[in-house]
Amino acid sequence: MKVRIHVSLKPGVLDPQGRAVHHSLEGLGFTGVEDVRIGRLIELDVADSTTDEALDEMCRKLLANMVIENYSIEKLPETAGAA
Amino acid sequence: MRAAVITFPGSNCDRDMAVAIERISGKAPLRVWHGDASLPDGLDFIALPGGFSYGDYLRCGSMAANSPIMRAITDAAGKGVPVLGVCNGFQVLTESGLLPGALMRNAGQTFICRTVKLKVENSQSLFTSRYEAGQVIDIPVAHHDGNYFADAETLDRLEGDGRVAFRYDENCNGSQRDIAGILNAGGNVLGMMPHPERAVDAAHGGTDGVALFESVFESLSVA
Repeated sequence: MKVRIHVSLKPGVLDPQGRAVHHSLEGLGFTGVEDVRIGRLIELDVADSTTDEALDEMCRKLLANMVIENYSIEKLPETAGAA
Repeated sequence: MRAAVITFPGSNCDRDMAVAIERISGKAPLRVWHGDASLPDGLDFIALPGGFSYGDYLRCGSMAANSPIMRAITDAAGKGVPVLGVCNGFQVLTESGLLPGALMRNAGQTFICRTVKLKVENSQSLFTSRYEAGQVIDIPVAHHDGNYFADAETLDRLEGDGRVAFRYDENCNGSQRDIAGILNAGGNVLGMMPHPERAVDAAHGGTDGVALFESVFESLSVA
């Protein structure tokens, strides 16, 4: 089973990296960009028997830092014809 | 006095830390590898050095925080053994939950490597008793991720309980409330971004870090 973990900074936590990228987008002439926040995408390939609780624990114990980050778990549907 | 310096793959200040400890205590510390499951018996002091453990993969300090030796260090800290984490060592301590908060990318986005002025906020701790409250000392920093963050409630608690050991006299990295170093609730774990082990030899630009090590070693000889 393929799983995507999206890790993002909590609202209110300053993101200097996102701010720098925001500036660069404006510098390139893109208008109307209200905000930029940078996160992390982690793709896992796990046994089908992996429970939601186990995925949650992986996020809390290692993949995200709960002091500054939120995470969401997205399970990808099996692609047709995949080996 | 039996001290140990922990080395993770990617630590690069472990030798400096060992030299500082030997110079000030007169005895060379033991060297412990991250993959060891247990610490040497009867340790009086544990130091987690600076560097880039595990290449800063995932988040600074996050992989080291989950290495085998950290379980033993958490146990030792729980029993009151003094633990000092400097720079990456501080990041490992927050990632392992031994200290609250997190260290984020510097607000200015750049790596900062220079000597900064620190204010000694609490001179009553195990690590700071040889300083005076309010004393301003010169200690080098060298980091990219030293921007201390914690929620307002945690910051209030740290300040209220006298757990802010050092503040930047001039904030160099965006840290909340200018925090440069904090203590755990028991007062036996100190994490700080600046490098006291780099300020123990006049030939290297200053000796303001010596008193930190003297404070710890003095407390051990009294105990």
